[in-house]
Amino acid sequence: MASSIRVRATSNGDITEVQALIQHPMDTGLVKNPNGELIPAHYIQQLKFEWNGKDVFVADWGTAVSKDPYVKFSFKGAKKGDEIKISWTDNKGASDTTTAKIA
Amino acid sequence: MTTTTGPLATRRLILQGAACVALLGLGNLPFAAAPARAAANDKYPEEAFKQKSEADAIKALYGKSAEPSDKVKLDAPEIAENGGVVPVSVTTTLDKVTSISFLVAENPFALAASYRIADGTIPAVANRLKMAKTTNLVAIVEADGKLYSATKEVKVTVGGCGG
Repeated sequence: MASSIRVRATSNGDITEVQALIQHPMDTGLVKNPNGELIPAHYIQQLKFEWNGKDVFVADWGTAVSKDPYVKFSFKGAKKGDEIKISWTDNKGASDTTTAKIA
Repeated sequence: MTTTTGPLATRRLILQGAACVALLGLGNLPFAAAPARAAANDKYPEEAFKQKSEADAIKALYGKSAEPSDKVKLDAPEIAENGGVVPVSVTTTLDKVTSISFLVAENPFALAASYRIADGTIPAVANRLKMAKTTNLVAIVEADGKLYSATKEVKVTVGGCGG
């Protein structure tokens, strides 16, 4: 199965810009389906970006993050060709991990 | 409640210094200061995400309150046609930023997202949030142990909690 995580990491000299897009329903647990039943909460709680063995950016998310979440940030120190590792876990215990090369 | 007091207290300890340790009766913590800090930093702040009001969420997350600052730049649309996907971002000129959080005042749960900023990471983040209705969007920046905020009202024409 293809990864749920799409990442683009681009280096601009010393600064690496990272954009990630994740496929996830991010259900709030407050919305009803057409039969009037509540759709249980299902959302990513933590998303981590690791470079060189250290967390450079950690996101803690609640249900108010949009469906198929997007996030962008930048960090210093990495160079072209370095790998970053991205992983998430959700409130149901599911998780996914991928790596991306900095371009 | 009892289960979550530990990590929250730990976070507060780190923020306010070891002086509070004895007061809270967690005297064994200083010996394990480094691991305790790592654990607190890694832990998902479950309790903060359950708070309904903005003030309670900030308190649960940071254990203190924020002051408005013009060094926190919050970028969000004036009018969001689709409350389900509101692109928002924060940048700041403050130094020693350790965390950036987004709160939506009138959402069922105020805290939307909280980001931990490591050394060497630029204190700026963009993401997309759901907003139930027209309300204030609040960005909190934790810098050098203090909290700074920026607020902007976003008009929502179609709410983001209807699915």
